[in-house]
Amino acid sequence: MIEKKKDFLLLKIATILIIILFIFVAQRNFDTYVIRILNLCGIYVILGVSLNLINGFTGQFSLGHAGFMAIGAYVSALLYMSPELKEVNYFITPLIWPLSVIQIPFVFSLIIAGLVSAGVGFLVGAPCLRLRGDYLAIVTFGFSEIIRVLFCNLQNITNGPLGLKGLPSYTNLWWSWGIAIFAVWFIKNLINSSYGRALKSIREDDIAAEAMGVNLFYHKVLSFVVGAFFAGIGGALLGSLVMTIDPNTFSFFMTFQIIIIVIVGGLGSITGTVIVGVLFAVLMEVLRSVESPMSFFGLNIPGIPGMRMLIFAILLMIVVLFFHQGLMGNREWSWEWLYYKLTRSKKEIKEGS
Amino acid sequence: MSILKADHITIRFGGLTAVSNFYLNLQKGELVGLIGPNGAGKTTVFNMITGVYKPTKGEIYFNGQEITKKSVDKITSLGIARTFQNIRLFNNLSVIDNVMIGCHLRIKSPVLSAVFCLPQYLQEENYMREEAEELLKEVKLEKFKNYVAGGLPYGEQRKLEIARALATRPKLLLLDEPAAGMNPHETKELMTFIQRIQEKYKLTIILIEHDMKVVMGICKRILVLDYGKTIAEGNPEEIQHNPEVIKAYLGVEASYA
Repeated sequence: MIEKKKDFLLLKIATILIIILFIFVAQRNFDTYVIRILNLCGIYVILGVSLNLINGFTGQFSLGHAGFMAIGAYVSALLYMSPELKEVNYFITPLIWPLSVIQIPFVFSLIIAGLVSAGVGFLVGAPCLRLRGDYLAIVTFGFSEIIRVLFCNLQNITNGPLGLKGLPSYTNLWWSWGIAIFAVWFIKNLINSSYGRALKSIREDDIAAEAMGVNLFYHKVLSFVVGAFFAGIGGALLGSLVMTIDPNTFSFFMTFQIIIIVIVGGLGSITGTVIVGVLFAVLMEVLRSVESPMSFFGLNIPGIPGMRMLIFAILLMIVVLFFHQGLMGNREWSWEWLYYKLTRSKKEIKEGS
Repeated sequence: MSILKADHITIRFGGLTAVSNFYLNLQKGELVGLIGPNGAGKTTVFNMITGVYKPTKGEIYFNGQEITKKSVDKITSLGIARTFQNIRLFNNLSVIDNVMIGCHLRIKSPVLSAVFCLPQYLQEENYMREEAEELLKEVKLEKFKNYVAGGLPYGEQRKLEIARALATRPKLLLLDEPAAGMNPHETKELMTFIQRIQEKYKLTIILIEHDMKVVMGICKRILVLDYGKTIAEGNPEEIQHNPEVIKAYLGVEASYA
């Protein structure tokens, strides 16, 4: 038994080594366009998994992810931008004092972005998580809109609707994939722990959970704060990847994309979120073609921006109608699962013959 | 020694007085039955004791400590556990996970030590698993431990609910219609089971039940509620011959002039 556990551990280490090797090769040899898509894959995985913790595992339907991303993106950008760059950006209203001179390394700005986002997650979550279902969804949606409008108007901090441009491009595959792996590992360990069981019990039946001594407030806020932390980091990575951020990047549209990833992948399945997160990033690029003008049987169709989302919306409907629980439901893939699947089928074959 | 004292508690929902002036002084080790027609307010009493509802008037003391205004999870951690009239298991989780959630309130390791699988947490996790397995053995569900709880037969679900409640290590156990939907054979088993766990875990039990065989069979003391009022209290013998109780259950004999 112990031997087996060791084998699985080796297998997992091997998998991670292969991914690292892949990142190493990809970062050096692939062209920037492909690397950009791969980066997006990693970021979507971070965002999807963190939202799945709140919506899928704890069962608290939150629509506030874009708000946390905005906070993460702005906080990190304000910290890693050089004072000169800030001066160029804030040509209408200058940036307030301490922020205008600060510059810290990217790593620390990421961590601070996550922590600030988690802090806001706590402040928002503490009063809101008393609400259930639709009410929580509406309040968290309101929160992300408030953040957006606030960032539009706080000219001397966020530069308002002009946004921040020419951000240094720090995000590379090491960052995006490294943090994605960390996020998946962290949240997987969390939900498989005793605390995770308590989170799932709240999703299943909050009245019974409370009667079994699960502190609803603490656990709901816990999942909200962890979700917000990774959302903030995801937003920060996204900001540095696209190199320009403005408040409207983080509209409800952004939350909607992540909701699609989580629901199509399966509420309560990390594996599903990872698969669909990667697929989503790829499809977003592939489907760009439907937005360009094309002629169809001699019929000229002008390019309609937003056609991609139409296709995603239809896909979402199909999934909700035919796979109620998303592609993976609440199943997870792991080496152990694969091993038992293979050995069991072999056993059955043996017994059959 | 008094373990639970409900001191004349009253609860009103709008104009309706669901329970009025309920008084109960429960001694350690007692097994008390709470009976009454449907809608008499029995479950409401449970909900007040466990903190789901706050009484409009009156106080509740547990081991001498006032718990009237405490939150549900706090009261559970003090040592009051319950089961539900309409079973409320965590249906999509496995049987053993259900029981282990009952152990969660004793966890000492912080969240991060659980995420990073520190030895302190792993040890606690092991203890919890052992304890849960022990309890499943107690209710004879150990062979179903990896099954999904929602897939168990009805009677087994009732037992699992009791095991889950026991996992919180209660001193006082509130059972809300444990025999509902069981056949006579299962009911008989349940009666011995309740007596066995009472002895083994040194529990004090309050039992709501419609099955008179169960109530009369194992309860030494019985309280009868009707329209929120306590209409009778006494041992099974007395209750069976109490005219008020007969009236509540069967109605008044029509008198023809």
